[in-house]
Amino acid sequence: MTTKLFGAKVPRVEDQRFLRGQGRYVDDLLHDDPRLLHSAVLRSPHAHARILDIDVSDVLDVDGVVAVWTYDDLAGAMAEPLPLLIPHPTLTHGRTQYALAKDEVNYVGEAIAFVVAVDRYVAEDAVARIRVDYEQLEPVVGIAAARAAARVVHDDVPDNVGARMEQENGDARAAIAAAPHTLTLELDVERSACTPMEGRGTVARWDPDTSRLTVWSSTQTSTGVRGCVAAKLGLDLAKVDVVTPDVGGGFGVKINHPWPEELLVPLAAMTLGRPVKFTEDRREHFISSAHERAQQHHVEVGFDDDGRVLGLNVEFWHDHGAYTPYGLIVPIITSTQLLGPYKPQNYRVAFESLYTNTVIVTPYRGAGRPQGCFVMERTMDAIAAYLGKDRTEVRSTNFIQPDEFPYEHGLVFQDGRELTYDSGDYPASLAKLKQLVGWDEFEDFRAEMAAQGRRVGIGLACYVEGTGVGPYEGAHVHVETSGKVKVATGLTTQGQGHQTAFAQIVADTLGVRFEDVEITTGDTRKMPYAVGTFASRAAVMSGSAIHLAALRAKEKALRIAAEALEASEDDLEIVDGVVSVRGTDASIDLGTVAVLSNPLRYAFDEASKAATQFSVGDPGKPPVAEDDEPGLEGKDFYSPARSTFANGMHAVIVETDPDTAEITILKYAVVHDCGHLINPMIVEGQIHGGVAQGVGGALYERMAYDDSGQLLNASFMDFLMPYVTEVPTTIDIDHLETPSPLNPLGIKGAGEAGVIPSAAVFAAAIEDAEGFPITAMPISPSELFELRLAHANDALGG
Amino acid sequence: MKPAPFAFRRPATLDEALAALAGEPGAKVLAGGQSLVPLLSMRLAAPSMLVDINALPDLDHVTASSEGDEAGVRIGALARHAHVLASAEAAQVQPLLALALSHVAHPTIRNRGTTVGSIVHADAAAEMPMVLRLLEGSVDVASVRGRRTVPAAELFAGPLESTLAHDEIALEAFFPSLPDGGGVAFQEIARRHGDYALVGVAAVVQTEGGEVTGARLGYVSVSDVPVVVDVTDALDDPAAAALAELEPTDDIHATAAYRAHLVKVLTPRVLADAIHHARERSAQRKKQ
Repeated sequence: MTTKLFGAKVPRVEDQRFLRGQGRYVDDLLHDDPRLLHSAVLRSPHAHARILDIDVSDVLDVDGVVAVWTYDDLAGAMAEPLPLLIPHPTLTHGRTQYALAKDEVNYVGEAIAFVVAVDRYVAEDAVARIRVDYEQLEPVVGIAAARAAARVVHDDVPDNVGARMEQENGDARAAIAAAPHTLTLELDVERSACTPMEGRGTVARWDPDTSRLTVWSSTQTSTGVRGCVAAKLGLDLAKVDVVTPDVGGGFGVKINHPWPEELLVPLAAMTLGRPVKFTEDRREHFISSAHERAQQHHVEVGFDDDGRVLGLNVEFWHDHGAYTPYGLIVPIITSTQLLGPYKPQNYRVAFESLYTNTVIVTPYRGAGRPQGCFVMERTMDAIAAYLGKDRTEVRSTNFIQPDEFPYEHGLVFQDGRELTYDSGDYPASLAKLKQLVGWDEFEDFRAEMAAQGRRVGIGLACYVEGTGVGPYEGAHVHVETSGKVKVATGLTTQGQGHQTAFAQIVADTLGVRFEDVEITTGDTRKMPYAVGTFASRAAVMSGSAIHLAALRAKEKALRIAAEALEASEDDLEIVDGVVSVRGTDASIDLGTVAVLSNPLRYAFDEASKAATQFSVGDPGKPPVAEDDEPGLEGKDFYSPARSTFANGMHAVIVETDPDTAEITILKYAVVHDCGHLINPMIVEGQIHGGVAQGVGGALYERMAYDDSGQLLNASFMDFLMPYVTEVPTTIDIDHLETPSPLNPLGIKGAGEAGVIPSAAVFAAAIEDAEGFPITAMPISPSELFELRLAHANDALGG
Repeated sequence: MKPAPFAFRRPATLDEALAALAGEPGAKVLAGGQSLVPLLSMRLAAPSMLVDINALPDLDHVTASSEGDEAGVRIGALARHAHVLASAEAAQVQPLLALALSHVAHPTIRNRGTTVGSIVHADAAAEMPMVLRLLEGSVDVASVRGRRTVPAAELFAGPLESTLAHDEIALEAFFPSLPDGGGVAFQEIARRHGDYALVGVAAVVQTEGGEVTGARLGYVSVSDVPVVVDVTDALDDPAAAALAELEPTDDIHATAAYRAHLVKVLTPRVLADAIHHARERSAQRKKQ
C-alpha cells in the first residue's frame, strides 16, 4: 500500500463546489422546469386557539393560484396525525400535529392551509387572503407555566405532562442523606435552535408514465422520508424514491420527519400532475421548525471531603413544545449523558417532559447533552467551591479510570441499550487540557490583568458523548470496468465532508486511488436500507459499513485476480487500483478484474478487450458460480451492539468588563478524543463549528417568547447567531486517540462534540471572573449587569 | 418572505421621479433598499409603487468644503455609506462622519445602503440620523411643489417617522464642518459587531484655549427619536443631565436599567474623548 489516507489531513474535495457556489440544493432543483409550481403555508398567528372556520373562497380568485388544501381536503392516512416516530413506554401522553391543523392550533407557526401557485409571490398573496375565525385560548408558555398547569395545552393532558421517567443506580437519596457534605442547585437552560443556513425544503415530481414519485428533500434521513411518504400517500414503497441533494446544514432539525410540507408537496404533485416545490423561508424556520435546550434542573448532591460524589439526585423539567413527534430522545439523553466522565456512587434522575404552546422540540446538535453537561459541571464547580479545592482536582477524584472500561453505569441509554462506556482516558485528557490552556499559570495571569484593572476568569467542562447509535447502516461498493469505484451509503450528508472521509476509507481498504472513489449518500434508489445522519453516527456507522463492504469487494477482486494471474491470493496486493503479484511484474488493473467478474457475451469497450488476455472460470461449470454473482461489488452492513462513547474537555478564559459587563473570549482550548481520526482536518472543522455554535448558545442566542406565545426574535436581526467577529479567532485543539473496541476502524463520532460543553464552560469562567454563581444560561451583558446589581445588594444586606 | 405586489418605476430624471411620487399616494422611494427591502419581504410594508431613484443623475456625490458659511460635507441621495466612509475630505472636514459610519452595519450593507436613506428612515437606533441631529445639519428635499431645506431639529417626528411628505425625495444631506477648537467622539456598545447599538453616544465639543465652551451629546437607541443633550453647563455629571432627557426601555436584548448604566459608562468616556480630540486638533493647528 502506498500512502495511508486514513488519518491524513486530506482537504475536503466537496469544498471546491460549495465555495464556488456550485452546490445543488433543493431550491436549485427543477429551477428551469416551466411546469414547476410553488407553495406557501398559512401558519397560525396564535399560540393557542380553536379554529372555528376557514374561508378560502377568495384564494382561487388570485391569478396564478392553482390549488389550496386545508384539513378538510385531506383523506385517509393524510387525515391522521403525523407519526410519533419514537414511542416510549413512559411517554404516556404523546401527541403529534396534523399535516394541516384540525380544529385547534397549539403554537404560532402551526400549518393551517397549503397553497400551490405559479410562484411563491402569488402563493403568499393567496395565503394573505385566507380568512380564519379563531377562538383564542390562553397559552402555556415556558416551563413554569407548564408545571403550574393552571392552563393546559391539550385538553386531555390535564397536567401538561407528556412523560414521567425515572432511572436510578444504587440509592441516591440515602447516599446523600448519609454524606458528610451536601449541596442543592437550581439550574436553567433556555431555548435555542439549529438555524442551518438552508431551511427545510422539498420538491416532488410524479411521473404518470411510470406511476412513480420522486421526492427531493433537505433531510437528514431520506429513507425515513420515503417510508412516511409511501405510508401517508398510500403508495407502494417501490413507487417512491427519495433523494437528498446537497443540504445546507441540518444540526438535528432535519432528522425529524415527515414535516407537513414533506407530505403536502408530494400530495400536491400527484394531485396536480405537476412538480411542486416548497422552500421554507427564515421566518418560517424560526416558527415552524424545531427548537431545543429549554430545561430546569433541581440537583441534590452528597460528597465526601475529597469531593467524591457519593450520591447525585437530579430532577428536571423538559420543555418539549406543543407536540412530541421525536419522543423522549432529548430528555433521555440529558438524563444519562449528564454523568459525563464521572462515576457517582449512587445516581437517581427523574424528569417530566412538558407541553407548552411553543414550537416543537427535537434534537439539536448535542441533543440534550449540553444541558446535562451544564448541570454536572456546575455541580462539580459547586463542590470545588464549597471545599475550597481546585476544580480540576474534584473532577479527577470522580473520573472513571482507564482500567475501568468497559464501564457500566447501570442505566439505559437513548437507544434502549445499557449505558456502557467502551473506552477513554479521562486523566490523560485533563492533563493535556491543563497544559493547553495554562491552567496552573492562570493565577499569575489573573493578577497581571487585575493590576491593569481587568477582570478575567477561567473555566473548564468535561463531557462524554454516546455516538454512533444503531441500529445499522449499510454500504455498497462497486468497482466499474474503468477502475472507478462507486460507493453508496444510505445516510445523508449535510456538509460533513463524507465524500472525502469515506473515500479515504475506501482508498485505503480497497487499494484504489482516492480520486477514483465517488460516494453517493441519501439516495434511496442506490441504498434503500439506511437510518440517517444524527447522533454523531455517520463516520462510525457508514464509515464502518463502507470499510466492510470494501473488504468484500477486495476479497472478490483478489480471488478473480489470483485466477487470472495464476498466483496465490496471499501473494497479491492492490495498490492504486492495480493488483499485482508481490515482487514480480505480473499485474492486472482492478477495472480489468471487474470485466472478468462479469461473464458478458459482448465486448463493447477497450476494457473488455483488454480482459481477453486473461482467462478465468472453468468451462465445465456455469459462468457464474452458484454462490457468486456477476460484477465486482461488495455490500455489507454494520450494526453495533451499542453506542461508542467519545469524550472531550474544553477550557476557556474570558474577560468580563467591570464597567460594561461585556464578555470577551481570550483563549479557548479543546482536548478531544473520538478514537482514531479518519481526517483530523475534518474533525477540527467539526470542533470549530461546534465551538462557534456553542458560543452562540452560551452568550447570544435564545428564543424570546412573550407571554402570549409570540416569538419576538424570529429573524437573524434579533436572534443573535454570532458573526465571525464574535467567535474566538483561534481555538487550540489537542487530540487523544483512544480507539473504540466496538468497530473495525476504532472510531467514535465527532459531529456534535464541539457544542456540548459550551454553556458549562462559559458559566464556569464567568463565575470565576465575577465571584458569584452562574446558574442560568445563556447569559448576556445585560443579565450579567443585573446579576452584579443583585449580588451587590446582597452584599449590602439589601 | 416575498413582497406583496407593487408597481415599479425607475425614472431617468428627477422631474419624472417627483411626478411619479406625486401621482401615487402609496408610493415609496427606493435608494439602497437596506431597510426597505426587508420590510417589503416580511410584508411589514406594502407600498403600491416603488420609485427607484438609482438611475437619477448627479446624486451620488460626497463633497467637502472647509471654507465659508457652507463649510461642511454634502452627501447626495445615492452616495453609499462606504463611499462617505472612504472620503478623506469628508473625514477631514467633519471627522464624526467616519467615526459613526464605521459602526453602521457591515461592509456589504454599507456598500449598498445610502447615508441619506438611513437618515430619512429615521430609526432612533441608527447612527446617522443622530449624527445629523447632533451636528445640526439639514436635508434638502424636493417635490413637484418645489424644494426646501429641513433642519435636522425638524426632521424626526417619531419612531421610523420623518417629517417629509410622502411625495418628497431627500436629495442631499448637509453636515456642518467641525470648527477650529472643536472635537468629536463616538462610541457604542452592540451585542454583535455591526448590530444596532444597545447604546451609542456621540459628542461634539467646542474649546477655547483648551477650555470647554460648548458640549453636546447625541444618543442612539435610548429614545424613540434621536436625542441631543447640551451638557455645557453639566460637565461635572453629563450622564445625569443626559438621562434626564432619555427614555431607555427594556427589550429582548437589554433592560432599561442596563441601557441607563451604559449611558453612565459611555457618556464621560465619549465626552473626554471629544475634549481630547479638540485639544489635539488645536495643538496640531498651532504646529502648522
